[in-house]
Amino acid sequence: MPSALINVPAKAKRGSVIEIKTLMSHIMETGYRHTASGDAVPRDIITSFTCRFNGTEIFRADLYPAIAANPFITFFTTVNESGKFEFEWIGDKGFSETAQASITVE
Amino acid sequence: MTVTRHPTRRDVISGAAVVAAAAALARPSLAQGTPRIAVIGGGFGGAACARALRRLDAKLQVTLIEPNRTFTACPFSNEVIAGLRELSEQQFTYDKVAADGIAVAAQAATKVDAQARTITLSDGTTLPYDRLVLAPGIDMRFDALSGYNEAAAEKMPHAWKAGAQTMLLRKQLEAMDDGGLVVIAVPAAPLRCPPAPYERASLIAHYLKAKKPKSKILVLDAKDSYSQQKLFEKAWAELYPGMIERIALSQGGRVTSVDPATNEIVTDFGNYTAAVANVIPPQRAGRIAEIAGAADRTGWCPIDPVSFASKLVPNIHVIGDAAIAGGIPKSASAAAAQGRACAAAIINTLAGKAPATPRLDGACYNTVAPGYAFSLKGIYQPKEDQYAEAEVTTSPVDAPREVRQREADQALDWFRTITGDAFG
Repeated sequence: MPSALINVPAKAKRGSVIEIKTLMSHIMETGYRHTASGDAVPRDIITSFTCRFNGTEIFRADLYPAIAANPFITFFTTVNESGKFEFEWIGDKGFSETAQASITVE
Repeated sequence: MTVTRHPTRRDVISGAAVVAAAAALARPSLAQGTPRIAVIGGGFGGAACARALRRLDAKLQVTLIEPNRTFTACPFSNEVIAGLRELSEQQFTYDKVAADGIAVAAQAATKVDAQARTITLSDGTTLPYDRLVLAPGIDMRFDALSGYNEAAAEKMPHAWKAGAQTMLLRKQLEAMDDGGLVVIAVPAAPLRCPPAPYERASLIAHYLKAKKPKSKILVLDAKDSYSQQKLFEKAWAELYPGMIERIALSQGGRVTSVDPATNEIVTDFGNYTAAVANVIPPQRAGRIAEIAGAADRTGWCPIDPVSFASKLVPNIHVIGDAAIAGGIPKSASAAAAQGRACAAAIINTLAGKAPATPRLDGACYNTVAPGYAFSLKGIYQPKEDQYAEAEVTTSPVDAPREVRQREADQALDWFRTITGDAFG
């Protein structure tokens, strides 16, 4: 199963508002929990999410331990040209995932 | 003390409250007359409560208000969908309930006045009560899922109340071509009978395997995990390999809209066109709970777990699926257990005694094929103002088929017992 889910419309009218939905499978371990034997469970979260369109950053979010597992991030943007959205998730323990999706502007 | 100031608005209001309290005291006190208990809703919870009240105190005047003259049971209705059982085997009358000395009003309750302690029935008559038990079950939230309303349910049946909807889904499956895609849309908790969507997927797979083997089932789920999941997954791998696919919440399984014209079902990350669409929408307490003022913003009814008394309106108790009952699943046997415990609490309250702390049993059988069932049995007790699981026993994941067969037999016994207790 893919760890990233992306929903970007395949086509849009020039200048129209589009909704982008993303979901990244991740445990989002807070770092505040302990095992039955009392050991601290180390923090393991996504710390940053970035979306670029044709190389330019258009959306960024910092994530914190209070965010639940499998972060679902959705936002709106406008598009004036066809191109490629690139998504990047970065986190603890060297976590790094990318995904991309293209859109045709009519 | 001499009152010299002019009466303020506050004085007038508190004066009015005193008058209201005096009027309430002027009623014949419960100890003098025969207490009148009304129960709205003749399902497993309401019927069990009404009968337990009469059993505990034969002098009580108990009225059961239920518009349907025939009750259609939900447990085992998935077998009806799969053609393994007839709907008539799910149906029961209120004759035996009436024979217990319970007045059965075949009317819908349209209004409850908690201050005056009266119920208005659909024929316009008014029924006074001393204590009211609400057992209205669930209603579908036809405002919660884009595209899904009462008309859409005729095309994309929920079949989450047994009866015509059950038969509609069965007929759609019977009419479907081999190779069709059956989509089951499952809402987030809380919902009636939490494992039932997966039992339904299993039994539909049983039907399709025999009659339409090229068909597939897709479960679109707004939850990540569910009751008895390992048992279901093992059974699906054993009995129906490759037939049932489930997309969980974290894989984008939450349904966001449906289109009854095209049978299209849309999630956050995908579109699916179903040959048969079984859309189970989010739910809430039966409408009368909201009318009575017993439901909160969630659409469900907060209760005191010991007495089942509503936390929002006086002299009203809420039992069964409509109640917010913590760890207790919204199931038939839990509703019946709540009905009996609520009856005991009412009897104690009328006698001026504190209600005893209930210990409720609930059992839930899931049949995944004829002769193959497993179960979850729980004991629930109040803990810090809410019900919690005291003990839960689930069937072992690794068990020989004889164990599954035995549980299938027990499931039928359980159904005979629970329907006998309520209606027999």
